[in-house]
Amino acid sequence: MKLDYTLRLADDALIMGHRLGEWCGHGPILEQDIALTNTSLDHLGRARSLYQYAAQQFSQLPAEKKAGVFSSVVLQETILAGKDLDEDDLAFLRDGWDFRNHLLVEQPNNDWAYTVARSFFFDAFNYYFYSELQQSTDETLAAIAEKSLKEVTYHLRWSSEWIVRLGDGTDESHAKMQYAVDELWMYTGELFVMNDTDKEMLHQGIGADLEKIKPLWMLKVKAIFEEATLNIPAGKWMQQGGKEGRHSEHLGYILAELQFMQRAYPGMEW
Amino acid sequence: MKMAEQSRQNKNEWPLWEVFIRSKAGLDHKHAGSLHAADAQMAIENARDVYTRRMEGVSIWVVESRNIIASDPGEADSLYEPANDKIYRHPTFYNLPDEVKYM
Repeated sequence: MKLDYTLRLADDALIMGHRLGEWCGHGPILEQDIALTNTSLDHLGRARSLYQYAAQQFSQLPAEKKAGVFSSVVLQETILAGKDLDEDDLAFLRDGWDFRNHLLVEQPNNDWAYTVARSFFFDAFNYYFYSELQQSTDETLAAIAEKSLKEVTYHLRWSSEWIVRLGDGTDESHAKMQYAVDELWMYTGELFVMNDTDKEMLHQGIGADLEKIKPLWMLKVKAIFEEATLNIPAGKWMQQGGKEGRHSEHLGYILAELQFMQRAYPGMEW
Repeated sequence: MKMAEQSRQNKNEWPLWEVFIRSKAGLDHKHAGSLHAADAQMAIENARDVYTRRMEGVSIWVVESRNIIASDPGEADSLYEPANDKIYRHPTFYNLPDEVKYM
């Protein structure tokens, strides 16, 4: 359960980091290109810490349990050969259905407004989530949360700033911003769904209470949208499945790009 | 709506800003470079991302480049040459005690 939870946080960080990294060399101006790459590296750094911790948890499982954790073929073979997994195995050799990230973070960059909207929804969630996770009874997760919170605070400042700038900007930037938040809104519900893992982790004092985070997140979104003269999207229907390994088509393309080198040239380093 | 006006004015390019970074408390802000930004707040944030990624700073100043008044390089001779032969303006005739480290 804790492994599933840790992997979800790691996968969120990896996939978000990858998405933002796709802007590298394509940013609208040099300064924002660097800003996004910085943020991307914050996410990747957090992903590493979490994957290392996940690998450690996995290695402590009894042998008979190890076989059932992942359905990815390459990982199965590694495990059957009696080898342990490391952070790179988890990031580069796991198949899509073993990924636990939220659907929100795998959504494509499309344009600047989309990227900003996705970041804002996720950064605001991360901010309250990691604030809570600092209280975790699990010392490693609490320490990662404490370190991440400083980074996330800046991420949220950056994305809030851009929501306001574009929302309360020109007619065109306003229209694009409103369109992007409307389109991405249906991926925000999943952030607050307490699935079995969430319930168990909360029960053990390890995980965060998403029900508690939801109103805080909503307040933040309302405040920033008001300043940005944006409307809260009316749509009520929410998409979900990422936390259970049911992903949108986009994740497959991300993993194809992300994992190609390790799969084509196993063990390659540079 | 000030932002909207500004972005119409600078349709193709945001204004240039000069960035000054203080590397640690107690030291001066030093000129680090310049960057483009739509307004002061964005300039601070861009400066943070561009100039403090390797722990270079603890404080940032930004000022729009057009607000800086510079001396004319053509007048360098009359402005700076006269100081050249006034050797007595340098405090080199004193014996400094060893305890004074930063002179």
